[in-house]
Amino acid sequence: MDYLTLLQILDSTLRLATPLLLACLAGLFSERSGIFDIGLEGKMLIAAFFSAAIAATTGSVWIGLFAGISASVALALLHGLASITFRGDQLISGVAINFLAAGLTVLISEDWFQQGGRTPQLAGTARFNPINLPFADTLNSVPILGPFYKEVLSGHTILVYAALLAVPLTWYILFRTRFGLRLRAVGENPAAVDTAGVSVTRLRYSAVIICGILCGLAGAYLATGFAAGFVKEMSAGRGFIALAALIFAKWRPWQALGATLLFGLLDALGTRYQNIEIVGFNVPVQFMQALPYILTVVILAGFVGKAIPPRAGGQPYVKER
Amino acid sequence: MDTTPKWADVILIPLINLILALLVSGLVVLYIGENPIEAIKILLNGAIGSTRGWGYTLYFATNFIFTGLAVSIAFHARLFNIGGEGQAAIGGLGVALVCLSIDWPHWAIALPFAVIGGAVFGAAWAAIPAYLQARRGSHIVITTIMFNFIASALLVYLLVNVMKVPGSMAPETGAFPKGTNLPNAYQVLGWFGIPFNKFAPLNVAFLLALICCVGVWALIWRTRLGYQLRAYGHSESAAVYAGISPFRITMIAMLISGGLAGLMGVNAVMGEAERLVIDSVQGAGFVGIAVALMGRSHPLGVLLAAILFGILTQGGIELEFEIPAVSREMILVIQALVILFTGALENMVRIPVERMFLRRKKRAS
Repeated sequence: MDYLTLLQILDSTLRLATPLLLACLAGLFSERSGIFDIGLEGKMLIAAFFSAAIAATTGSVWIGLFAGISASVALALLHGLASITFRGDQLISGVAINFLAAGLTVLISEDWFQQGGRTPQLAGTARFNPINLPFADTLNSVPILGPFYKEVLSGHTILVYAALLAVPLTWYILFRTRFGLRLRAVGENPAAVDTAGVSVTRLRYSAVIICGILCGLAGAYLATGFAAGFVKEMSAGRGFIALAALIFAKWRPWQALGATLLFGLLDALGTRYQNIEIVGFNVPVQFMQALPYILTVVILAGFVGKAIPPRAGGQPYVKER
Repeated sequence: MDTTPKWADVILIPLINLILALLVSGLVVLYIGENPIEAIKILLNGAIGSTRGWGYTLYFATNFIFTGLAVSIAFHARLFNIGGEGQAAIGGLGVALVCLSIDWPHWAIALPFAVIGGAVFGAAWAAIPAYLQARRGSHIVITTIMFNFIASALLVYLLVNVMKVPGSMAPETGAFPKGTNLPNAYQVLGWFGIPFNKFAPLNVAFLLALICCVGVWALIWRTRLGYQLRAYGHSESAAVYAGISPFRITMIAMLISGGLAGLMGVNAVMGEAERLVIDSVQGAGFVGIAVALMGRSHPLGVLLAAILFGILTQGGIELEFEIPAVSREMILVIQALVILFTGALENMVRIPVERMFLRRKKRAS
C-alpha cells in the first residue's frame, strides 16, 4: 500500500465517520441525561429525507438542513413525550420511532417525487460542497504532512468540520458548564437534582432536543453532503453503529471521536477491499462489516474494560409526593 | 388501584390504542391525497376477500405468531428480546441445514427434525446475549440488536461463499429435496374436500404455530417454571428471596424465546421458499414486538394480533397494487404507531381510562 492509497483510505474514513460521530454525540447527550435512545437511526433517516427533499424543492441546502433538523427534533420530542411525560418504555419508543421514520420517508417521497423512494439528485447550491482549506495546494509540496493536509483534512463539506468541532464543544458543555453538570447528574440520580430545585423534566427535554438537532445534522450530512440525494433506507444501520460507538466510548466525547473514527476506518476498508489478507488469513468483507457490532458485544461483556451506563438510564422519573 | 375491570385492561385499552393508530394512519393516507375508507376496503378485500387472500394473510400471521410468542415469553420475565430478527434468520439456517442434510423420504419425517434444527439454532443465537445479561450484566437490548446485525452478516457470508450453488450467481442455496416440501393449505384442505387457492403459501406450519400458542399458554400459566418466570418478571428481588435463580430464569426465558423465533424458519424457509435466501425473515422479527405488545403477551392475544398484522401485510401489498401512491411502507407506519400507542404511550390512554373507572366507582359508593 503506497502513501497515496493510505491517504485516500483516511479521507474516506473521515467522511464515513462523520454521520456516526454526530449521531454518537446525539446519543451521548440523551443517554447522559438518563434517556436511552435506540431511535437514533430513525431520526437520522427522517432528517436525511427532509433535508434532501426540501433542498431539492427550494434549491437551498441551508433551508433543507433546517427542515431536516426540524423533522429530527419532532421525532425527538415524540420520544420525550413518551419517555419523560408519559413515563413509557424508552426502548419501545425508540423502536417505534425507527419504524415510523422508515415508513414515513418512503411514503412521503413516493407522494412528492414518485421515484421509488428517492429524491431528485441534488446539485450546486442544493447540497453541501467541499471546502478547500487555505494553502492546501501550496503546502502540498511539504513532504508527508502536505499531502495529508490536502487529501485528508481539506476538501470536506462544512458538516464534517462541524462534527469535529462538536467534540470539544460537547466536552466543554458536559464537563465545564453548570448545565452539563446538571445533565450528568440527572442521568445518575434524578432525585438529587430534583431536591436541589432543578426541573428533571426540563433538563431531560433539553437533552432530547439537543439529541434531535445532532441527529438532524447527521442525517442531513448523509443526504446532502456525503451523497447527493435521499435513497430509501439510506441510514443503513448507522444509528445502531453510533449506539455501539457510544458504548465503546463509555459515554465520553473524546473517546466517541476515537470510536467513530475506528468504525469509519473499518467501513472504509470494507468498501475498498472485498477481501483482506491478514497474516495469511483471508478476512471476508462481511466480517469487517460485523466487526463494530462484535467489538461492542465484547466491550459490553466487560472482558476489555467495563462499560457502565448512566445509572438512571432507562428509568422514568417519578416525582415524590 | 384495582378499580379498572379486567375487560377494560384486556380489550378496551388495546382497542383504543389500535383505533388511535389506525386514525393516525388514516390521516397519513388523507395527506397523500387518497381516500382512507376506500383504502381500508381494498386492504380488507385483498387480505380476507378470497381464499388466496386468506392463504397469504395466515401465512404471514404464522410468521408473526412465532416471533410474537418469542417476544412475549421474554416480556413475562421482563426481558426485552429485540433480537427476534436475527434469531429467526439463524433458525432459518438451522432448518435449511436439516433439509439439505439428507434426501428426506417424506415431509412428516423431515418436519420434526427441521423443528429441532430451527429451534436449536434460534435458541443458540439467543443464548449468548442471555448469558452476557445474566452473568456479565450487559444490557440484553443492545446485545440482541448487535446480534441481529452479526446474524445478517454471517448469513450473507455463508450464502455468498459457502452455501450457494456452485456456478450460480444468486446468493441462495439450491432447492430443498422434494421430501421436505410441506403440504400447503390447498393440499391439506383437499384431503377434506374443501376447495382452497392452489398457490397461497399457507402450510402446515400454521398448525405448528397454533400448537406453540397452546404450549406457551400452558407453560406460563400451568407450570412451576412459568410461575417462576412471571414472578421474576414482576419483582426480581422477591423472586430471588423465594429461591428463584435469576441466571436460570434469564437463560431459560431467552432460550425458549430464541427457539420460538427460530421456528419461523419452518414456515418461511421450509414451507414457503423451499430454499434459504438472503433475508428470509423480512422484518417479521420486529413485527413480533408489535404483536406481543398488542396481544398483551398472552398467546390468544398474540394469535389475534398476528392475524391482524397478517391482514395488514397482505392487504398492504394488494393496496400498493391498486393505489400505487400508498406503498407497502404504510404497514411500517401502522406497525410503528401500534408499538408507539400500545407500548411507549400506553399511559396516555391507561391513566384517563383508570381515572374514569375510579370516578365511576366513587359515584357508586
